[in-house]
Amino acid sequence: MSPELINLLVQATLDTLTMVALSAIIGTLLGLPLGVFLATSQRGELLAAPALNAALGVIVNATRSTPFIILVVAIIPFTRLVAGTSIGTYAASVPLTVAAAPYIARLVESAIREVDQGLVEAARAFGASPSQIIRKVLIPEALPAIVMGLTLAVVSLIGYSAMAGAVGGGGLGDLGIRYGYQRFRPEMMLAVVVVLIVLVQVFQTAGERLARGLNRRHRRS
Amino acid sequence: MSHLPPSRNPADRPLIRFENVSKTYPARKGAAQVAALSGIDLAVPAGTILGVIGRSGAGKSTLIRLINGLERPSAGRVVVGDAEVSSLPERELRNVRAQVGMIFQHFNLLSSRNVADNVALPLELAGWKRAAIRARVAELLALVGLEAQAGRYPAELSGGQKQRVGIARALATEPDVLLSDEATSALDPETTRSILALLKRINRDLGLTIVLITHEMSVIRAVADEVAVIDHGAIVERGSVYDVFTRPQAEVTRSLLAGEVGLDLPAGLAERISSDPRSGGVPVLRLSLRGPQADTPILARLARETGIEAAILAGAVDEIGGRRFGSLAVGLSPGPDVTARTQAYLAALDIPADILGYLPPAQDIVPDSNTEIEPAVAREAARVA
Repeated sequence: MSPELINLLVQATLDTLTMVALSAIIGTLLGLPLGVFLATSQRGELLAAPALNAALGVIVNATRSTPFIILVVAIIPFTRLVAGTSIGTYAASVPLTVAAAPYIARLVESAIREVDQGLVEAARAFGASPSQIIRKVLIPEALPAIVMGLTLAVVSLIGYSAMAGAVGGGGLGDLGIRYGYQRFRPEMMLAVVVVLIVLVQVFQTAGERLARGLNRRHRRS
Repeated sequence: MSHLPPSRNPADRPLIRFENVSKTYPARKGAAQVAALSGIDLAVPAGTILGVIGRSGAGKSTLIRLINGLERPSAGRVVVGDAEVSSLPERELRNVRAQVGMIFQHFNLLSSRNVADNVALPLELAGWKRAAIRARVAELLALVGLEAQAGRYPAELSGGQKQRVGIARALATEPDVLLSDEATSALDPETTRSILALLKRINRDLGLTIVLITHEMSVIRAVADEVAVIDHGAIVERGSVYDVFTRPQAEVTRSLLAGEVGLDLPAGLAERISSDPRSGGVPVLRLSLRGPQADTPILARLARETGIEAAILAGAVDEIGGRRFGSLAVGLSPGPDVTARTQAYLAALDIPADILGYLPPAQDIVPDSNTEIEPAVAREAARVA
């Protein structure tokens, strides 16, 4: 491959990483509290608010059931409002975040629901308030599972970012389609796929290592 | 809530009071309404250890959770110290809970925190300063003998060590009351003994009032001063451990006690015994001996003074809280009115003798001499002689 193409590949990789990082971080900032709320607000739970829980559940499900490629197009007005444009890496991060937040919320919710209810009862017995239970019991105890969930989310976002790229976001997906497919450069297509595989491997391994390091539930020798 | 001075005087105002408490769980989809507790009246004097025993599903867990407000009664009042727990809003309940420690069957330690940080949790919740927490945690770990384990995680501890962490955590905020929810049910017998000894020591040294629930009479016997027997959501028997063990009144108490104080007959004997007083049948009586009676040669005196001989078929002579007791199942030698005469003789000595049933007459229960000594023993005796 010519140096020019290698430059393109490097730039596209950076664009992809930017989109994934932005949407993962903002998606977590939105999805984590949302997930915690979903996991603790059903009837009889810590923050019991069944109506709001049900309403948020419907919104989360609606967002998650919309195919991503349609979501990107459907929220273009919103993307313009937030990013000022609907084209480019930053603009593509908007629909990615909108897709990531509810996904992360569900992953966080299921991680928190796995926490032993006995621990919640113990914390209540020691006089903990609901917010203390969330901060000192639920999140720390669910952290290994939350990290695994976020790893899964990041890997999914890498795939989604390729789709966002195809509709004007740039990045590896865009490069693969334009050079690899439309200009018949199989070596470029191959390079894009290899870079994507490497990215996924790196994030998956790092996430698993981190989760294992945080997990104190197993006796270590 | 103030710290009440430790006291063993039951005349003191009780630290925990249940007044006509009922708890009903409302009907849910596919399940009818459940009455967990009904008409509970209970007073626990400061400084005592009350054991609450019952079969699973009897309402023990609900009862103990009413004390720290984890459950609310459907009717009646629960008072701890000066606080009416049953009517306090959740926010104020949290202050009361800092004065009521709790330990659990499955320990409920945070897996993400090491031993020291688990013990520190109630102190963090109560807003203690970091340095004060560190000092208090060191003190507590010394109390339960886990100084060396401070940095380890629960997954690296044995069951007994985990429960010690649980106890240290429960005592962190210097509570007046400790609630023990089947704290030894997941532990082996030896570890159970050491945990119960620790609870007893804490009760003695810190004047802590302890309410423990269990389904094992041996636990009650090892630590409790007082016992309440609960069945189908109601307290069916209540008294000192010694009284309830030696003179159980309720049927459920007897069945929970079976095997613990020699109350149950060996299987072979129980099979042959019948309630039919056939002529010539051997009457079998249960003698309940208390205090000095347990050390009296009661059967020898019975034989000497009434001519009625009695063979010991089953039984136990032991002590509870340092007081002697005995429970003997005896078969009486044949003769006119032996049962009535024996009961009259024992009644005069204040020894209850209940008829358990009759053994078939063919069974030579009361031999005329010592011919029933086992051959091996007899041979051995002869050899030594």
